[in-house]
Amino acid sequence: MPQKSKYKAPLAHLVNPGHSACAGCGMIIASRLVLDAAGKNTIVTNATGCSEVTTTQYPMTAFKIPWIHSLFENPASLASGISAVLRKRGQEDKINVIAIGGDGATFDIGLGNISGMWERGDNVLYVCYDNEAYQNTGYQSSGATPLNAHTTTTPAGTKSFGSQLPKKNMIEIALAHNLPYVATATVGYPLDVIDKVKKTLAIKGPKYLQIYCPCVPGWGIEPKDTVKVSKLAVNSGFYPIVEFINGQLARKMTISKQEPVENFLKIQKRFKHLFASPGGQKEIARLQVIADYNIKKFGLI
Amino acid sequence: MKILEGSRAIAETINNIGPEVVSAYPITPQTHIVEDLAKLKADGLADYEYVRAESEFAAISIVEGAAAMGVRTYTATSSQGLLLMTEVLFNVAGMRLPMVLTCANRAVSAPINIWNDQQDAVTMRDSGWLMWFGEDNQEVCDLHILAYKVAEKLALPVMVNLDGFVLTHVVEPVEIESPAKIKKFLPRYKPQAVLDVKKPLTFGAFATPAHYFEIRQELHDDIVSSQKVIKSEMKKFKEIFGRQLGLIEYYGDKNAEIVIVAMGSVIGTIKDVADKLKKFGKKIGVLKVVSLRPFPDEEIIKALIKAKNIAVIDKSVSLGTEGILATEIRRALYGDKKKVVSYVMGLGGRDITEKMIEGIYSGIKKENKKVVLAGK
Ligand SMILES: Cc1ncc(C[n+]2csc(CCOP(=O)(O)OP(=O)(O)O)c2C)c(N)n1
Ligand SMILES: [Mg+2]
Repeated sequence: MPQKSKYKAPLAHLVNPGHSACAGCGMIIASRLVLDAAGKNTIVTNATGCSEVTTTQYPMTAFKIPWIHSLFENPASLASGISAVLRKRGQEDKINVIAIGGDGATFDIGLGNISGMWERGDNVLYVCYDNEAYQNTGYQSSGATPLNAHTTTTPAGTKSFGSQLPKKNMIEIALAHNLPYVATATVGYPLDVIDKVKKTLAIKGPKYLQIYCPCVPGWGIEPKDTVKVSKLAVNSGFYPIVEFINGQLARKMTISKQEPVENFLKIQKRFKHLFASPGGQKEIARLQVIADYNIKKFGLI
Repeated sequence: MKILEGSRAIAETINNIGPEVVSAYPITPQTHIVEDLAKLKADGLADYEYVRAESEFAAISIVEGAAAMGVRTYTATSSQGLLLMTEVLFNVAGMRLPMVLTCANRAVSAPINIWNDQQDAVTMRDSGWLMWFGEDNQEVCDLHILAYKVAEKLALPVMVNLDGFVLTHVVEPVEIESPAKIKKFLPRYKPQAVLDVKKPLTFGAFATPAHYFEIRQELHDDIVSSQKVIKSEMKKFKEIFGRQLGLIEYYGDKNAEIVIVAMGSVIGTIKDVADKLKKFGKKIGVLKVVSLRPFPDEEIIKALIKAKNIAVIDKSVSLGTEGILATEIRRALYGDKKKVVSYVMGLGGRDITEKMIEGIYSGIKKENKKVVLAGK
């Protein structure tokens, strides 16, 4: 008897193949997971960045849902406008509005617009695919770039270990807006992404989901290692997977055996300079402190 | 006919036009318009969603999102607000979203200055928006009704400009057209392409060199040919509302050798001067340019056929060259031997007096400069 596969045929997804994302791209996996979980009754607003540029080269499109891209910094505002129309039509509960932006669009250039949308309380899920830099323009650092990462604007050199700034705490910023739902997830754990999208879309109001998405060329990893790197980030404590409902920590992804941060760092070229000099060991230790702090803060073990 | 403030007249007209989403951010001298729209909503007299925005950049992006859903929208701004919208203005035009925006014209910083000139709007000349300038509040209200009709017909955004304070804060009689009458001219909006879960479309794809050029060319061609549609709509407007609108208006002596060209409320002052000079047997023509985009080259060439000395008054300057309208007039008249002098006046709310206009009339023949910055 033929078994019913749990895998969808390629064209049954709402993000179709034929896009130009890199092999192993975390962002495109996240997009597909989010849209499949949200379903056809969804309108997407998208920031400029890899998620837009790999999917919609005129006159083609990878999307099977209504989708709009305007600028780098305004997907949240477009979503507010769309949400206003749905409110007026009494369709707010029938149609999902999802705004999608990279970490640059979210942590940096579009932050004010996101804050405005959250304050207004619009019924929109904002999804940030966090690949920790402006990857589309050639791997420049953003507010989401972690400490000591080499990027093209925070290059490692004889006098520098890369980015001198710690990652901006976007989750705390989201929580400060009193959102009913704030969570992190990663493409390393796809079922968790699907689960969170479905759960959050059932909640009315503004929602924030930040999905950790390795970038193959930007991080200098093998295409086959996207999931592995994601899991190492989670299991080292470097990228905590948490879920807040009405401001309270409701769920967290616990770690059975903590991986040393070093294991996460050493398979990525963006951190390779840390292993090349004696001073680098100190810097690795600083990153370990961040991971240990996260584990303690959220009680991940 | 009502006697009311310009801003109130615009707000009531907009409400009667019936946008579904209004979003704005306050800036002097636009404030009264968006306050009045908020109050109409608060008093249950309006049907639109009023979305408070955290910046002008957000305000226009919010109405952009709503416009992509296929609804009529409205926003208004001035000066720094318009400049902050720049990136979105270009985007909206490229996306062919029919939108209407009011700009209460004001000087731009630095130095910061809240008073009227037209530097804000003219700086957006190349954004792909149709750009119209009203002389008085009746014309401004009429241009708004026309703007929605043209925008929706051609999938082009329209910016209606009026001089900040000079018009926005001035109380004068205005015919506020009723929703029923407006509907006769401006029927329900039937959008061509919308965001719809039943028929999913992609908006805002990127275009490679293989396609970008033709898409921009199409926008250009459509702006050029919009003149025909605008003029035919002006005819219908006249039939329903009884008032004649034009891309330009010529006033005064048809055979005058000296013609003064300008946009906006200063035209009123120039017309007064023309009337006065006429009494002394002096001939002067006045050319009001309502539409900076599309720019009605042919009509302007015809209107200036008898003119020998043309003074173009701009309340703006392309720093280092001349007034922006002056450049446009020179371009339209290229190859002609007429004398064109650019007079940059009224920057940052400086009064343009009748005496100054008379000075232009009496001095232009002997004026040997191409550009005169005339503050006094
Ligand atoms: C106003 C503006 N500034 C800069 C850019 C150039 N730009 C396009 S995409 C991008 C980076 C996007 O970074 P992110 O949001 O993290 O997405 P990713 O590229 O990583 O997918 C930049 C800087 C732009 N399009 N608009
Ligand atoms: Mg990024």
